[in-house]
Amino acid sequence: MPDQTNRIHNGVLGETKPCQFIFNEQRFTGQTGDTLASALLANGQQLVARSFKYHRPRGIFSAGVEEPNALVTLRTGALTEPNTRATVVEMFDGLEAKSQNHIGPLSFDVMAINDYLSPFLSAGFYYKTFMWPKNFWEKLYEPAIRRAAGLGSLSMQEDPDTYDKGFLHADLLIIGTGPAGIAAALTAGRAGVRVIIADEDFLSGGRLNHEQLHIDEQPASEWAKTSMQELASMSNVRIMTRTTVYGSFDHGIFGALERATEHKLNSAGKPRQILWRIYAKRSLLCAGATERSIAFGNNDRPGIMLAGAVRTYLNRFGVSAGKQVALFTNNDNGWQTAIDLQKAGVEVSAIVDSRDIKPPFTLSDVPVYMNNQVVDTSGRLGLQSIKLASGETIQCDVLGVSGGWNPNVHLTCHQRGRPVWNNELSAFVPDDTMPASMLVAGAANGQLSLSEALLGGHEKALAVMDTLGVKHSSAPPAKSTTEESVTISAFWQVSGSSARSWIDLQNDVTTKDIAQAKKEGFQAVEHAKRYTTLGMATDQGKTSNVLGLAIMAELANQSIPQTGTTIFRPPYTPISIGALAGRSRGKHFRPTRLTPTHDWATKHNASFVESGMWMRAEWFVQDGESGWRDSVDREVRQTRESVGICDVTTLGKIDIQGRDAATFLDKVYANTFATLKPGKVRYGLMLREDGFVMDDGTTARLSDTHFLMTTTTANAVNVFRHLEFCRQCLWPELDVHCGSVTEQWAQVAIAGPNSRGLLESIVDKPFDISNESFPFMACAELTICDGTPARLFRISFSGELAYELAVPSRYGSSLMDKLMEAGKPFNVAPYGLEALGVMRIEKGHAAGNELNGQTTAGNIGLGRMVSQKKDCIGNVLSKRPGMNPDDSIALVGFMPVNPTDTFSAGAHFIAKQAEPTLANDEGWMSSVAFSPSLGCTIGLGFIKRGTERLGETVIAHSPLLKKDVEVNIVSPHFVDPEGERLRG
Amino acid sequence: MNAALAPNPTYTDMLIPHPLLGLRDSAEFVYLGDAKLLLRPNADSETAADEFHDYLHLRDNPAGLHKELWFHEYGDRSWLVVTRDTLTHEISDVQLARDVVIANSEQQNGQEHA
Repeated sequence: MPDQTNRIHNGVLGETKPCQFIFNEQRFTGQTGDTLASALLANGQQLVARSFKYHRPRGIFSAGVEEPNALVTLRTGALTEPNTRATVVEMFDGLEAKSQNHIGPLSFDVMAINDYLSPFLSAGFYYKTFMWPKNFWEKLYEPAIRRAAGLGSLSMQEDPDTYDKGFLHADLLIIGTGPAGIAAALTAGRAGVRVIIADEDFLSGGRLNHEQLHIDEQPASEWAKTSMQELASMSNVRIMTRTTVYGSFDHGIFGALERATEHKLNSAGKPRQILWRIYAKRSLLCAGATERSIAFGNNDRPGIMLAGAVRTYLNRFGVSAGKQVALFTNNDNGWQTAIDLQKAGVEVSAIVDSRDIKPPFTLSDVPVYMNNQVVDTSGRLGLQSIKLASGETIQCDVLGVSGGWNPNVHLTCHQRGRPVWNNELSAFVPDDTMPASMLVAGAANGQLSLSEALLGGHEKALAVMDTLGVKHSSAPPAKSTTEESVTISAFWQVSGSSARSWIDLQNDVTTKDIAQAKKEGFQAVEHAKRYTTLGMATDQGKTSNVLGLAIMAELANQSIPQTGTTIFRPPYTPISIGALAGRSRGKHFRPTRLTPTHDWATKHNASFVESGMWMRAEWFVQDGESGWRDSVDREVRQTRESVGICDVTTLGKIDIQGRDAATFLDKVYANTFATLKPGKVRYGLMLREDGFVMDDGTTARLSDTHFLMTTTTANAVNVFRHLEFCRQCLWPELDVHCGSVTEQWAQVAIAGPNSRGLLESIVDKPFDISNESFPFMACAELTICDGTPARLFRISFSGELAYELAVPSRYGSSLMDKLMEAGKPFNVAPYGLEALGVMRIEKGHAAGNELNGQTTAGNIGLGRMVSQKKDCIGNVLSKRPGMNPDDSIALVGFMPVNPTDTFSAGAHFIAKQAEPTLANDEGWMSSVAFSPSLGCTIGLGFIKRGTERLGETVIAHSPLLKKDVEVNIVSPHFVDPEGERLRG
Repeated sequence: MNAALAPNPTYTDMLIPHPLLGLRDSAEFVYLGDAKLLLRPNADSETAADEFHDYLHLRDNPAGLHKELWFHEYGDRSWLVVTRDTLTHEISDVQLARDVVIANSEQQNGQEHA
């Protein structure tokens, strides 16, 4: 086939360059300024897709974002992008596309058998058919149906492109660069207003490029071009082409998607799309209107298009959609297509007008059928002829249909605005329920003619400037324009056709489906939409919603306003997940927090584990160790036998200062802090207001008015937020301030019988850390390593003689080096999170697994810590009877009866010989580790009346692991129950 | 903080007029809920258990004007009392929570002395 047989001229494109592109593995030539759709039509490619459900052959239906049919997959490999609308894909040299949803070639899709099965696939079929036998649905029918029905598929590879996000501010955001938008931008821009004007198209001008119109005696497309050039020269105006304003949010915030490099062969390292958040004091919606169809028999064949789209392809792209074009309209505007085609020398084989009026225009050599209708069409893979109600059959390869125009009111509705029905236009127009800072002009406001649009844009811009208090001159940007006739008489569907009449081409919804939904009781619009799928998927019913609604109204014998509308929600057109994610992908999904000793740990063969946002060393591998248990067991032994060091920076650290700091702590902690002396540390238990345990940690009193609180790693953010709540919202009269200092201090635990010996070698004289002058739970500010400021706390999580030493973060790594060097004589070992966990289980300390938000102070054995002498957060409700039952669970230890048995956390306790039922459930295992100190698996867990049952044997039942293990209830303090080591 | 109180980050696009910092994007804030949480009952009251129960668990959820607590976590860490229309998201008043609490207690003291 010769190239571009349907290209008549270059349209408004002017100078163009040829572009080679591939569609379904066939090479074609298009040109710059084309869309994929216009290039396909230029090459006579009518058949471009298969329909969703029935696999009917489909062609290009529209010339814009409303396209329901021509969905294609762009590019290949990891760059594959399914479900793009060929009508808005900008042509470039080397573009590759293929059609979707067919098995075998596009022209012979084996799944087209569905079309013959259509009686079984009508609205709601999946609720009614394929129901027997029952398990066949899940195993056979559903997968088969899912495979058969559908859109494009993903490459399943990672998207190699990048996406960005950005923020913009404007006094006035103008949405759309059609006549109204340009007029408004000129008026506001000339007055110095900060304007952003955005349009989804790559060519500014909208309808000015699609029609044979004139402004001030020049072609409208020329006027658009020179006007945009003037706007581009203004420093206060930002023009955003290829940018869809997809959503209107609260307080003048808009979402916009810029397709930055999609029109290029590759993005060359630049972001493919940019998601903008635009803050606008005022907005002006100039989004134009979308043409709608008419329902008649077999109205879905390739070659049946919107009449306005036929005009757009002709005037903008210089492409005739076919050789022999017929038209079916209910309004004057549809006639314009015939006029333009005839002027361009394309044969118009008929004009069919549903109205019983005199022909509004006189066209020579064109058969005109007034008060007539198209009842059926023929041509399997492309339109061949149409049949009229009056009986004639007319040859044609394209039928342009115009059922009127729907203003694009979407963005006025995103905050629950509801449009109102306008009888004269037979369409919904914006109501005053839209956001207060928004105005609408042009076709989007129901002003369909060019002169109305230009004037409307100008006047709304003046109105905006009045509310912003901007001085302006009132000269309109255009003086004379082409007159247009937009008279319409509502006409929705042709009755008396036995063939199926499509309403929603994308979802294969026909008039029969709507009738069936009504018959089955789904007559409310929102119900009918979901039952029939009308208006769903990528096009969101842009060409079908109002038509479907009108037919529902006709069936119910009520008006369209009575029938109502479905709600428009963002986004206006689909947005890729990649754009929403922006740079927040993979490792950048959330921040990664590194401890001050991270690099040091990496050098020492640490394996890391994510702990919240932190990366923590879990163990340090040494030569000859065959698995993680080898490393962890060694670290525990080395620490308990001599000394180990561990970075504990990740614990939350909150600096609390003020005259009332102690009073404040008494209110947020269950136990008392006012009695704590400076230079001492105390364990603190924090409750939530409902009485359950929130968090725990140690708090040091550095001076009368200065405390340092620690929190668990996981709760650091929540506790800080909670303290601010208590301080500002409950007790603002207290003189106290809080600051998070977690990242200011590197903190290292030094644990084991030789920890004091190790410390002595780095603590500057004359500070004395002997047991007498620096006993258990002491704290001090001091210097180490010849003058480095530090804080020392004698606290122990491992149960050994232990300290925590804090230095300013920048010294963290050096401190580890120093400790390793000074620790050589003691065979010091760095230990990780896992060994830390093993040792705390051996010591019986509660941690995150035990403080799970459902346990009380009593449950974890700290009931007596809740002071009865003072009020604190959670005090009152912790006394509720329901939280203190007689058979309350208590934290105890568990050991296997048979020492070689193992068990795991999550197991539930039942009595021996009891059935594993909920009624027999006595508690659960919360933490489990292999104890190198005891040589067997040990666990902490909660069991009813646990403290009274030491020595008893129960079953740890794990349905997950299908495992029952006999365990003995023991004290949770497996190591050094008397606490002699940590005080030594 | 109570799990029921646990704030979640909000992704609604809104602007909150911070009394100290001007218009701030709602993404900088963490939402807590009904500002009734400012009115913590007296623990010494004879009916303290019931009062705390109501304080904690009975919140208003009106369709219309609602006073609620927002925390400027990614900002100056102010807790704010925001009066928002839950139907339109229109924000009619914003105050620092501490100012509201202090004003409340001054009013109460005034009544006690009267």
